[in-house]
Amino acid sequence: MSADYLIKKRSNTLKVLLGLGFLSLAAAFITEYDPVTGLISGLDALRWVATNFYPNEQSLTRLPSIINRLRETVLMSIAATTVAAFSATFFALLGAQTTKVNDALRLMSRSVASFLRNIPAVAWAMILLFTFGQSSLTGFLALFFSTFGFLTRVFMETFDETTASSIEALTATGASYMQIIFQAVLPASLPQMISWMLYMVETNIRDATLLGILTGTGIGFSFALFYKSMNYHAASLVVIVIVVTILVIEYISNHIRRVIL
Amino acid sequence: MQREQSLAPLWQPKVRPRLGQHRALNKPLDKGTLFMRLTMATFLALTVLAFASFDYQGINIYNAFLGTIDNFRVLMLSPQLTHFSLVEAAEGMLITLSLALLTTVIGAILALFFGLLAAQNLSSPLVSSLIKGGVAFIRAVPTILWVLIFAIAAGLGSVAAVTGMAFHSVGYLVKAYSEAFEEVDSGVIEALRATGASWWQIVCQAVLPTAQSYLLSWTFVRFEINFVGALAMGAAAGAGGLGFDLFLASAHYFDLREVGFITYLVLAVALVLETITTQIKVRLRVQT
Amino acid sequence: MSLLTVKGVSKHYNERIVALSDVSFAIEPGEFVVIIGSSGAGKSTLLRCINRIVEVTSGVVTFDGLDVGSLDKRELRKMRTKVGMIFQHYNLVNRLCVLENVLHGRLGYKSTWAGALGIYSEEEKAQALRVLRLVGLEEQVYQRCDQLSGGQKQRVGIARALLQDPKLLLCDEPISSLDPNASKVIMDYLKKINTELGITCLVNLHQVHVALAYAERIIGVKRGRVVYDGLTEHLTAETIHDIYGSEAGDLLLGSGGNHVG
Repeated sequence: MSADYLIKKRSNTLKVLLGLGFLSLAAAFITEYDPVTGLISGLDALRWVATNFYPNEQSLTRLPSIINRLRETVLMSIAATTVAAFSATFFALLGAQTTKVNDALRLMSRSVASFLRNIPAVAWAMILLFTFGQSSLTGFLALFFSTFGFLTRVFMETFDETTASSIEALTATGASYMQIIFQAVLPASLPQMISWMLYMVETNIRDATLLGILTGTGIGFSFALFYKSMNYHAASLVVIVIVVTILVIEYISNHIRRVIL
Repeated sequence: MQREQSLAPLWQPKVRPRLGQHRALNKPLDKGTLFMRLTMATFLALTVLAFASFDYQGINIYNAFLGTIDNFRVLMLSPQLTHFSLVEAAEGMLITLSLALLTTVIGAILALFFGLLAAQNLSSPLVSSLIKGGVAFIRAVPTILWVLIFAIAAGLGSVAAVTGMAFHSVGYLVKAYSEAFEEVDSGVIEALRATGASWWQIVCQAVLPTAQSYLLSWTFVRFEINFVGALAMGAAAGAGGLGFDLFLASAHYFDLREVGFITYLVLAVALVLETITTQIKVRLRVQT
Repeated sequence: MSLLTVKGVSKHYNERIVALSDVSFAIEPGEFVVIIGSSGAGKSTLLRCINRIVEVTSGVVTFDGLDVGSLDKRELRKMRTKVGMIFQHYNLVNRLCVLENVLHGRLGYKSTWAGALGIYSEEEKAQALRVLRLVGLEEQVYQRCDQLSGGQKQRVGIARALLQDPKLLLCDEPISSLDPNASKVIMDYLKKINTELGITCLVNLHQVHVALAYAERIIGVKRGRVVYDGLTEHLTAETIHDIYGSEAGDLLLGSGGNHVG
């Protein structure tokens, strides 16, 4: 019996791994992905990157225009985050268990958030392209919708986790709904909310790059332009600029988090 | 696109604000409050600046909004396939899911290995910080750029898409895994060292069983992200699958109803994936 | 020949923190020795220097004729199999069952991969069940460790150490996280292991009265130095005061007091 238990456990693990292996093989077959080619070309690509994908002197002349495009992307990401955070706060208050007004509104706001969140930003961009064309607003709105859905969910969780007990205490003193929200819920949740906003800025900059490629705006457009004209030195400069930006923002965010949390 | 959605409740809140803290109100201006206000002010100022500097391309915003609402109604109320058959759409979905699965599996295997080497309690400080620095760099580059960079050498297609996305997945999962490993009680590791166990034995017998449910949870979160990613790579890098269909329907055929149908399909799968991930997390919380 | 000799051992964590300075003693086979001292006196570091979980700064530890400091990786693993260790916080893998945790005691004897994959022989499993019966856990063999009480967890810890077939058992504060009843049970098991199985025990204890009740010989440690080494009955109240400083009054309350003087 002792033998049975350990052997059974091991054979269960083995079964799961085999199942996963089989699924992966099926996936490789469906997508015509050959792992060996994948590995070889992956290494080839890295070698190619090391020998060709670096900025040269000439590409540096593009830097001002790249920075300009980057500014557009960063601002768009921040604006989408800010506006989404304001709307999400409202929806999250309606949707959180501890701060809900009534169950109907709660269900409604949760559904809206879930709906918006689960439509990928690419799909949003493809929809918005019809009416907003290649303006900055396409990217902004696509980022806004998905950020809004995401922040509503995490804000709801934050409200539920940080304030359950203090609401009870304040309700007992006879405070009104608005008083409770502004005196207890928001102040207690604010550090966490800011932390999530910082996180979204970072994510949005990366997503905005992709949207930029699709909608022809911002830093993504710069990259696509150089990439398609095979100006890889300039394209590599774009990558470096993005990496530096993200790392700097990550650093600042972590610093702010350390102080406020 | 790496919308790192549902990693939410696990990823960042390490320090939680204490219950019912009225920091912003009762206390004099401490450093935390000051930083919060500065951050909020910066957010607001940059947002205003953003709206002022947007490239509106002379579109009529009011009309565009009305148009969007109109489009949205068509999109949502009368979804319909015209250029693709249902079988083709299902096939596209299957390809997208397969891309996501392959990427996640390859990423997870590599990340397991590098995650162990990156965990401070299992590795040397030098190796750990080298790997952590490396993956921070990999993470900072948007997935689409990795895919396009790999596509230069490998050509557009599943190879470039999987390799590029796996690259980003490794960056993401190494961070998540190594943090899960670092949470393993150092006493347990010490106890096994004291029995004469070797590094691999400690890893397989103590570290992995302890971190197992976290690893599983993170991997599922990453699968969710990779699904959205695979969709985006189809649209932006021609990696095939439903993403490419979406791109064609929108930017090529200008067919709102078809975009609507594909959106519904994506929404349905995304909701299923989200439910699975949430369930895993709920179970994880019950267990620990 | 002594089973264990510690000669001139010092441990400096950095210039300022000195955990041990010039510690020397010898342990004969079959002894039951208790090390007492206040928290932070260096007791834990001392035990960990013996099986080289902590490297000494200077000095020599000899176990069973081997110079512990000069062993290479493989020899060290082999030496560690002969030294069982028991911890204050039990240090079990909570997500595994009792049997699996006990079998960890065999890891040092196995090839890396057999151990890593958890492949144990029938003989080893039978031995594990025998040891579990010895510590009264035959009912809990397949229970997950996080479902056990503190006393039960410590008995799993003892079983794990016993499965190593050790010559020496190092016990680091084995009862500090336990209630008085469970403490007595654990100390009785340790004593029984010492007298019936003839395994030498070196036990760190914070509680003087327990030390006085169980030890044949006591080593007193204060600020990293040995200040007393002798038979239990020779230990005076004065020395205890010296070892513990002002804490001593509290520690001597209760049964311990009778043994002194």
